[in-house]
Amino acid sequence: MTTKSLKKILVANRGEIACRVMRTAKQMGLTTVAVYSDADKHAQHVKLADEAYHIGPAPSKDSYLVADKIIDVAKQAGVDCIHPGYGFLSENCDFALACEKNDIAFIGPPASSIEAMGSKTRAKEIMHQANVPLVPGYYGNNQDTDFLQAEAEKIGYPVLIKAAFGGGGKGMRVVEHAKDFIGALEGAKREAKAGFGNDLVLLERYVTKPRHVEVQVFADSHRNCVYLGDRDCSLQRRHQKVIEEAPAPGLSDALRREMGEAAVRCAQAINYRGAGTVEFLLCGDEFFFMEMNTRLQVEHPVTEMVTGVDLVNWQINIAAGEVLPLSQADIKLQGHSFEARIYAEDPSNDFIPCSGHIDALFTPNESEFVRIDTGIAAGDEISPFYDPMIAKLIVHDDTREAALERLSKALEQFHLSGFSCNVNFLHNLANHPTFQAGAPDTHFIEDQGERLVAKSEQQSVIATVVAAYAYAHQLKGESSSPWQQLTGFMLNSDAKTTIPFVDLNVHAVKASEGFKINLDGVDYTTSGSIENGLANLVVNGEKVVAHINQTDSHITVMYKAQQTVLELIDKHYISEHESDALPLAAPLNGTVVKHLVEVGSTVAKGDAVIIIEAMKMEYTLNAPHDGVLTSYCFAEGELVSHGDMLAIVEEPEA
Amino acid sequence: MTILKSSVNPHDPQFLQNHDNMAALVSDLREKVADIRLGGGPALIERHQGRGKLFVRDRIETLLDEGSPFLEISQFAAFGVYEQAIPCAGVVAGIGRVKGVECMIIANDATVKGGTYFPLTVKKHLRAQDIAERCHLPCIYLVDSGGANLPEQDDVFPDKLHFGRIFYNQARMSGKGIPQIAVVMGLCTAGGAYVPAMADESIIVKEQGTIFLAGPPLVKAATGEEVSAEDLGGADVHCKTSGVADHYAENDAHALSIARQCIERINYQRPTAPLLDDVKPPRYDINEIYGIVGTDLKKPFDVREVIARVVDDSSFDEFKRYFGETLVTGFAKIFGHPVGIVANNGILFSESAQKGAHFIQLCAQRKIPLVFLQNITGFMVGKKYEAEGIAKHGAKMVTAVSCADVPKFTVLIGGSYGAGNYGMCGRAFEPTMMWMWPNARISVMGGEQAAGVLAQVKQDGLARKGESMTDEQVSEFKKPIIEQYEKQGHPYYASARLWDDGIIDPADTRNVLGLALSASKNAPERDSQFGVFRM
Repeated sequence: MTTKSLKKILVANRGEIACRVMRTAKQMGLTTVAVYSDADKHAQHVKLADEAYHIGPAPSKDSYLVADKIIDVAKQAGVDCIHPGYGFLSENCDFALACEKNDIAFIGPPASSIEAMGSKTRAKEIMHQANVPLVPGYYGNNQDTDFLQAEAEKIGYPVLIKAAFGGGGKGMRVVEHAKDFIGALEGAKREAKAGFGNDLVLLERYVTKPRHVEVQVFADSHRNCVYLGDRDCSLQRRHQKVIEEAPAPGLSDALRREMGEAAVRCAQAINYRGAGTVEFLLCGDEFFFMEMNTRLQVEHPVTEMVTGVDLVNWQINIAAGEVLPLSQADIKLQGHSFEARIYAEDPSNDFIPCSGHIDALFTPNESEFVRIDTGIAAGDEISPFYDPMIAKLIVHDDTREAALERLSKALEQFHLSGFSCNVNFLHNLANHPTFQAGAPDTHFIEDQGERLVAKSEQQSVIATVVAAYAYAHQLKGESSSPWQQLTGFMLNSDAKTTIPFVDLNVHAVKASEGFKINLDGVDYTTSGSIENGLANLVVNGEKVVAHINQTDSHITVMYKAQQTVLELIDKHYISEHESDALPLAAPLNGTVVKHLVEVGSTVAKGDAVIIIEAMKMEYTLNAPHDGVLTSYCFAEGELVSHGDMLAIVEEPEA
Repeated sequence: MTILKSSVNPHDPQFLQNHDNMAALVSDLREKVADIRLGGGPALIERHQGRGKLFVRDRIETLLDEGSPFLEISQFAAFGVYEQAIPCAGVVAGIGRVKGVECMIIANDATVKGGTYFPLTVKKHLRAQDIAERCHLPCIYLVDSGGANLPEQDDVFPDKLHFGRIFYNQARMSGKGIPQIAVVMGLCTAGGAYVPAMADESIIVKEQGTIFLAGPPLVKAATGEEVSAEDLGGADVHCKTSGVADHYAENDAHALSIARQCIERINYQRPTAPLLDDVKPPRYDINEIYGIVGTDLKKPFDVREVIARVVDDSSFDEFKRYFGETLVTGFAKIFGHPVGIVANNGILFSESAQKGAHFIQLCAQRKIPLVFLQNITGFMVGKKYEAEGIAKHGAKMVTAVSCADVPKFTVLIGGSYGAGNYGMCGRAFEPTMMWMWPNARISVMGGEQAAGVLAQVKQDGLARKGESMTDEQVSEFKKPIIEQYEKQGHPYYASARLWDDGIIDPADTRNVLGLALSASKNAPERDSQFGVFRM
């Protein structure tokens, strides 16, 4: 392949990764093209791009996943390369092929590499041949008991017996000791037979307390391949990575090199090109191949932070046919980096994804130590159609300890209002002694349970006081009129104002400076300023800095890593039209024009029942409640007087 | 722009003593008010609330804009006047903001004798209407009253300034375009029925409010007809059949929200432009007034120290600084509103009176509201002063005060005696609002002087009969007189009888003046027409 100069890039993605790719592309002088669905008309990636094309309705299957539409846009826009980001079409080999067919450079591996890694079984075979360690196991058809026991012995205990056609834990047994093997095998087979109609089982080493460590590899089209260090992604929740770091802590140089070289072998075995990630299970000093991701990973920034390499820059250059700029010996790791994934989700409600309007967003200042990759800004909507990731917070420092401290501090400064997010959960993680001591295993979050979603009661109280102060403070308004300035003034008593928070008893008493806030009987002296959503207060002598956002219905206080929402009492009255419930009586003198309902039929409240005419106007009368229309009191054409009952609707028996 | 320089030493023992004395008076004031604010007391409030009704203070809080000040008037009305305690005279009144509009709220307290009207209840109600009319403040009546207190009917019903005047005022104010809104939240019987009936818009609470000329007992007595209060004059009757009420409310809170909505729809435009300039607070701590003034009326202080703690930026441009120096006059601003200040700094002489008359006329000409800080023992007496015509000079000042048709505010910061009270815009001169500090005293002359005069008259009488009094007898004679003057000149006594609009903490003077001034600006400006000045 010869080097060709790339001039125009289409990013077939959305959100933070689209923005992140475009940023590098722009730096490299490329013209950027975005695609967007109905839901993303005003999204940041569209704003950032030089050109943007609409590709369909909000659901991704009708837009971001439709390869043809994207190829059409690419041709229409005249781009010479497509970056797929991650997710969506990034590991779709048909899409990669379609790009090749249309002479558009696909920024990723050749379609054949994607395909090779797409099938788990085939991937394992290839890796086995390439001498990449796999989890020891037996996957064959020989089901002889003695044979299997011998295999188990070879694999080494503990061993996992799994139904080949199973799932959901049925027909699965963990065997700790050889003496239990036969009993467990019989049990697993029985369950497999009963559950799946086939008692074929396979054996695998049961990896206890595994860590998820992955290696970033990079290959060019000139058969060069390097690894750019590793990442530990063991902090997972339901197989979703939560916090990632580079390098993986606690690895010896020898192990690190061994894994790196295995990853390179892995890439070379499939003639890889571009950025890829080889995922390993790490168990003590043993590591086993899990899978290879043939794309840029979400967590690639931690590698960028410790290597100083812009991976997207490399991706684009290599897609253009260039040679890898660094040899393995030139790649040096610098310091330590963490990435925390900030999601729109509610940790206190089983991490249910949230969506909605971002009322306010305040992020820590970016610096050489702190980087934020995001695709949203205040005022944007988080739509329910896509992944609810809001941002990635990436930090870097000389040591793991210092970097983790930075992560904790940066999380305390990441303030969002409009819906729940997981910042407090991430902060709890960053401050957990086990995590501080080193990388835990992949079950850590599940093992911790509720503790990681706990909120600080004391911070909630301070946040409520801050919200009350903000509420009382804004009552002053802009005018210099004493009627606005003297909040709550009363002759010869304290200037007390009730703060209308739902379910809380809060009031503010104006003091010579600021307010005394009384929350459920406890006083807090507060003073200070609130400007542009930033509250700089002194509460009971202690400095409190928090962000505040107020809407018609609630006040959100973002204090440290915690978001506290105070709901405001709704003072509006919803008018109820009582006439709806009036009996079926003639509103004035007139003539019955029409019976609308058959006698004996069931009517619902509000159903039209009868029409009368008076003074050349027709009046339709409705059923006052649910029930059965038992009779009409007047025939059609008869005259009725004001107040006459027109029909009887009997209420159903309770 | 002249900035007043303060020469107060806050560490001076006398200052500290003064401060403590005044603080004790203020603390007594606040304690009494805390009690008064409880109306008929916790038990009756609880019973009232048990019927699904809000207590009068809560009604007002719900009605007003969140955080709105409430400039209450006559908290001490009826204080110690009747045999039984009638806190606030059974009606809470004051100015507060509703939908950004300053309104006069007049709210019966049903926990105090069923909200019935005692003579001072009527006086307070009329005074509140009077302030509303002067300041063009929409009136919101929260009605929950059994009507006139029957045993007191002779002092409630027949006279010019009795019950009927309430309705006269409603009609006249409505005629001037001052909205009249009534919320019927309880009984509204007999004469009271006219409050909602005379209102521009009225609201009635379902199963709580009733309006009728005669209640069920009287109906039965008169015609034998038996009818329940609700069927006779409840919300359904008046909203659906009679049309006496316009808005149907589910409960108190709903009714008050409808009242707010009524005010929002009055299509109101404040006659003068809102203030835009940045208001600077005084440069000195207003609480220092305690230490400056103290409670001993015989101890003089420089009134400029008080002015420096009341006006914006302590900026005060004096007029005729070196002429008639016992009266301090000058221009300042309070919460951005220009004011002319007339303040006593000693007894009034002919020059001071002439200066006062000149300055008042000046302010009236320029439509600048006047603030009187009264601390006056009277006009100078003696042959020399009578001969130079102090009476006519005083008369000039009284004429000027009477005829100046600008908002006038009087604060009694010390003594208020004799004709000094007149020249300095006492109650008879219809200040828009008038307050007393808790150290102030008001009487025709000081108790000592009065006792002295009476003892002298007595001694003269005795002398004609050739008798005389021993020193002991004289002081025995004087004692009850002095005591009587002390009692009747006390702010609680005065305020109970509505000789003022309330007693205020000296430290609130700036705030109270600011609120009152701002409220008074709702009324259109008027030209003043002066009477004949005796030259």
